[in-house]
Amino acid sequence: MIKAILIFNNHGKPRFSKFYQPYSEDTQWQIIRETFHLVSKRDENVCNFLEGGLLIGESDNKLIYRHYATLYFVFCVDSSESELGILDLIQVFVKTLDKCFENICELDLIFHVDKVPNILAEMVMGGMVLETNMNEIVTQIDAQNKLEKSEAGLVGAPARAVSAVKNMNLPEIPRNINIGDISIKVPNLPSFK
Amino acid sequence: MVASSSSLKLQDLIQEIREAKTQAQEREVIQKECAHIRASFRDGDPLHRHRQLAKLLYVHMLGYPAHFGQMECLKLIASPRFTDKRVGYLGAMLLLDERQDAHLLITNSIKNDLSQGIQAVQGLALCTLSATGSAEMCRDLATEVEKLLLQPSAYVRKKAVLTAVHMIRKVPELSNIFLPPCAQLLHEHHHGVLLGTIMLITELCERSPAALKHFRKMVPQLVHILRTLVTTGYSTEHSISGVSDPFLQVQILRLLRILGRNHEESSETMNDLLAQVATNTDTSRNAGNAVLFETVLTIMDIRSAAGLRVLAVNILGRFLLNSDRNIRYVALTSLLRLVQSDHSAVQRHRPTVVECLREPDGSLSRRALELSLALVNSSNVRAMTQELQGFLESCPPDLQADCASGILLAAERFAPTKRWHIDTTLRVLMTAGTHVRDDAVANLTQLIGGAQELHAYSVRRLYSALAEDISQQPLVQVAAWCIGEYGDLLLEGSCEETEPLQVEEEEVLALLERVLQSHMSLPATRGYALTALMKLSTRLRGDNKAAILEKIPLVERGGSQADEEAKESKETAQLSEAAPVPTEPQASKLLDLLDLLDGPSGDAQHPPPLDPTPGGALIHLLNLPCAPPPPAPIPNLKVFEREGLQLNLSFVRPPGTRTLLLITVTATNTSGGDVTHFICQAAVPKSFQLQLQAPSGDTVPAQGGLPTTQLLRILNPKKAPLRLKLRLTYNHFGQSVQEIFEVNNLPVETWQ
Repeated sequence: MIKAILIFNNHGKPRFSKFYQPYSEDTQWQIIRETFHLVSKRDENVCNFLEGGLLIGESDNKLIYRHYATLYFVFCVDSSESELGILDLIQVFVKTLDKCFENICELDLIFHVDKVPNILAEMVMGGMVLETNMNEIVTQIDAQNKLEKSEAGLVGAPARAVSAVKNMNLPEIPRNINIGDISIKVPNLPSFK
Repeated sequence: MVASSSSLKLQDLIQEIREAKTQAQEREVIQKECAHIRASFRDGDPLHRHRQLAKLLYVHMLGYPAHFGQMECLKLIASPRFTDKRVGYLGAMLLLDERQDAHLLITNSIKNDLSQGIQAVQGLALCTLSATGSAEMCRDLATEVEKLLLQPSAYVRKKAVLTAVHMIRKVPELSNIFLPPCAQLLHEHHHGVLLGTIMLITELCERSPAALKHFRKMVPQLVHILRTLVTTGYSTEHSISGVSDPFLQVQILRLLRILGRNHEESSETMNDLLAQVATNTDTSRNAGNAVLFETVLTIMDIRSAAGLRVLAVNILGRFLLNSDRNIRYVALTSLLRLVQSDHSAVQRHRPTVVECLREPDGSLSRRALELSLALVNSSNVRAMTQELQGFLESCPPDLQADCASGILLAAERFAPTKRWHIDTTLRVLMTAGTHVRDDAVANLTQLIGGAQELHAYSVRRLYSALAEDISQQPLVQVAAWCIGEYGDLLLEGSCEETEPLQVEEEEVLALLERVLQSHMSLPATRGYALTALMKLSTRLRGDNKAAILEKIPLVERGGSQADEEAKESKETAQLSEAAPVPTEPQASKLLDLLDLLDGPSGDAQHPPPLDPTPGGALIHLLNLPCAPPPPAPIPNLKVFEREGLQLNLSFVRPPGTRTLLLITVTATNTSGGDVTHFICQAAVPKSFQLQLQAPSGDTVPAQGGLPTTQLLRILNPKKAPLRLKLRLTYNHFGQSVQEIFEVNNLPVETWQ
């Protein structure tokens, strides 16, 4: 069983966390801090498995992590999970995020952190592996996003109108239209933010 | 168009928070936003509720309180819109876990969502249920989930199956509901559903022997599925590095392990396939190795053919040599699992395991240590201990305790000789003394005590070790104990088993004194040293304890000097007579020392200076590292007199330590009024060390009542001229008095 999934950057700032066991909020924060402390001490050429850690490392548990550029992806699992299998799972997760965000970087994770739980939920559920086929996951996410967009419907109309106008390629409108003797001044369209 | 902050988009909030330069600024931004969110919740704006909650969940991730959003989660979940439900369920998982009172309120919404037809919504409900569903909720919703197992949508089926696993964990009786559908689910082609089904069956089998029996019938079917995966593959979509759905393969292998354990028939059915997987899997990529490891573990756990077992362990051995550290780690972990059941097979790889001790990678060396300790047996104990001692010297501190206790345990179980055992324990104490368990000292003393033939050897080794280093407490304690017990053997002469070691008495005593006074020594260690000194006081003299008790003279108050002298010489004569022949040379050596200390008078039989306190002679006795003949006398000194209060100093230079001076300050009061709150403090030059012991009291009673005494211990390592300043404070005749003065006319014998 997967106990927790954590993403934090090289300085220990948490970018995403999901706990599959009911830890109190304080405990959750301590776990994040402690995990960063353990993982950041590791060299580059060592294995991806860590034991220890007082809170999350009860006899059975271990930390399996991968370091991608500025981010650490850490899965805390118990002995019922295959260590090498989890390594592959992390890879699938990152690849899926990559597909959904189109070349994911830390900034994407920061600004679209609300999308990450949805993606993860298609892969891991209740601490167990649900789906490992990246295409299936991405297809589902797309379908759900479409559903959301279609619901935005009427409520979103004003916002959609504004963005439509913004994107319109207005040709140069002459400032003065001369129709015979009448001079009509065309007002400047206000700029939409 | 400027958006009002109550409809600030999540991205904008994130941006604002990022722009905050300090923690305080961030707090401010967030508190302001939370106020808006709260207001928005109060106003009940249904259109933007999901956006507000999304922002709230974001600040919750940053560590700020968000409990006031709990009710909003409920409202959003109850909304018909998918957008609302999505955020609402997410919020529920974060804010409405089992411990919250409002938790049960989501049950109804989940029930509705499970049965209405949109699969995305059903998925949300199942996800939340499997993440936070309480036992009560699971009971309520079990039949709904059961229905979903037969849904046309594979997406819903796969989520329902995993939810069932969670429900069984929460409410084991629900196994009855979820067992029957498994047979049909095994015919699934959809990998996700199949994966979930295998997990469900695994969970059921682990919980009930009846289920285990039931599912054994499906072993052939499982074998078939796995074979198809391995050979042709169901779909290329699930392949990872060319291996067809390794996750599913691994899960099936695990289930086969459980089913084949202790069951001949099942084991036989899977034998061929396991052999095939073990030999044909591509090991160039991680995915293949994951499958291979699982195969090896399954082979070792079931009743497999002997040849297959050998193959499996050899695979592990090969992996131990792999350049990929992850592979080595998993190999070590797997071997550890096998070391009990297949000990001899694992032993064959001992050299490689020991190599892994030298790994700089902490995770690997930790595993290697565990495995090495498990591999120690009576035939390899010497070699292994050597390796482990080497490891102990250079291993990271967090492993030292485990390594030290591991070595000591192995030594206890497999020590070939007592001497080896003592040597090994000694080496551990010297290397990692601070990390050994508390009983190490007791165990070693018992070990030494019980090995009579090794007493001389032990005391010599311990003495040498102690002389080098008095900081490792357990070692110091054992050494002090040993020197106390067998000090006579230490001084005796040579022992064949060690290098010749000529030790003088004073060296031994000086060493113990060093231990006593060292700031590194714990109180317990000082206790050991004191006890050793007391024991030595008899053993070095050769007398038994009864004699020393006898010798304490009763000093009568006001007894004449002559009487004193006569008594003392009688006693010392007794002393010399009582000493048995072998210790004669020692006694005379002591007397020689005293001769050196003595002034021109040359008479070593002088009585101790007359001391008004009855316990005076006793104090002398106890202060001396070895029993008297009486120390060389130094004349008393009267240093202070005021209105009947008199202060006298008496000096003792104990033989054996040329740098030590003991001063007894005696205060007597011949006046008519008591002296109260009497405090005497002393100061000496920098190169000296002064220790003031507690006085016998702070009142000097009037009219020649019981005087107060106080002992000063002065160490003079540089043998500099002694200077002493005293400060007295007391109350006398209703007045408080303070006197500070330097003691003049200190006799040279006090420091020369």
